[in-house]
Amino acid sequence: MALAHADVLSGLKEIVEEVAGIPAASIELDKNFTEDLEVDSLSMVEVVVAAEERFGVKIPDEAVTDLVTVGDAVNFIVNAAK
Amino acid sequence: MSLKLPAMGNSQILSVGSYRPKRLVLNSEIVDRIDSSDEWIQQRTGIQSRRFADSDETIITMAQAACEMALKRANLTIADIDTLILATITYPFQAPSAATDLINLLGNPKAAAFDISAACAGFCYGVAMASDLVRTGSAKNVLVVGVEKISDFTDPNDRATAFIFGDGAGAVVIGRSEEARIGPVVWGSDADSRDAILLKPAYTEFRNSPDKGVSEIGWPNISQQGQTVYRWAVFAVSKVGIKALEAAGVRPDELGAFIPHQANMRIIESMAKEIKIPSHVVIADDIRVNGNTSAASIPLAMDVLLEKHPQLHGELALLIGYGAGLVFAAQVVQLPPKP
Repeated sequence: MALAHADVLSGLKEIVEEVAGIPAASIELDKNFTEDLEVDSLSMVEVVVAAEERFGVKIPDEAVTDLVTVGDAVNFIVNAAK
Repeated sequence: MSLKLPAMGNSQILSVGSYRPKRLVLNSEIVDRIDSSDEWIQQRTGIQSRRFADSDETIITMAQAACEMALKRANLTIADIDTLILATITYPFQAPSAATDLINLLGNPKAAAFDISAACAGFCYGVAMASDLVRTGSAKNVLVVGVEKISDFTDPNDRATAFIFGDGAGAVVIGRSEEARIGPVVWGSDADSRDAILLKPAYTEFRNSPDKGVSEIGWPNISQQGQTVYRWAVFAVSKVGIKALEAAGVRPDELGAFIPHQANMRIIESMAKEIKIPSHVVIADDIRVNGNTSAASIPLAMDVLLEKHPQLHGELALLIGYGAGLVFAAQVVQLPPKP
């Protein structure tokens, strides 16, 4: 099932807000999970698992390290859903 | 022609005992070598300190102290023990087992004694086997001891593991019971992820490459893929805890305590959330002061919990062990009575 970038971004914002307590309004595509949003490696796992459930995609552990920015995650999820 | 066996009995944990190494190691002693900070370690793991055994505190001496404490609290002597199960991954001899050394030192060299290798799940594996041995009548009283000296197999320069692990020993005596006080084990493996936690290279590498030393070959230190283990523990192993509750016919609100393997405080908290452990249930957090002691962590945490909360004696607890393999085991137990 194809997913729209905008829908994935808005869903991801909600997830990051829920997991890491960061206001969705401050989450943009170019934000770095670790440096800008202070999502550490373990919180990132929670973000990934929540994203898998929400978008029905598989994000393997080896791919997680490449998800540096919110945009990386959105692209990965959109491509994985194609 | 069938066998004539006695009816299946029940089992219980009669007592718990523990041994903590003398030397307390604060995060401040570890951080410089791994370019880290006390705050960073506490935020990711909850760990403030751990204990490292000195050279005179071995797998055997630590296990002996824990077993003797457990025996005394059960009002038993080593002569009453017919089986000893020892869980460890850090005994530095391939054979004979640590268990035979220990049972000999404890003073009953005729009892059955063997080691099991199930890493951080080892204690729960041992409890499961001991319980079934007692229930079937194969054994009367079983000592189960989890013991680790992981400091011998930890690289103090490894940023992923140097701050996690600690040493120690914890033991329980499992004996007969009128009523069911140890629930069925729910256990298994996720062996396709066995690379997630490893101790390598193999000892044979040192023989195969005699021209190279430890500095080239490396010592079999523990390595861990933190994110993989975190995901597995929180989202897969929590389900095992739920199944263990169902298998014992116990609801989460009937528990007095939740004593999972002390791997990481954030794993413990997330597991409790996944299993829906109610707020009145006491959650073991021994990891904060004693780090992750692998096979020893559950009995160590149980002992300190009973010391801090004596009202938990005789209450139900959910135990979940999980670790290298990857392997897991969970059961509901009634905590031992007050000695």
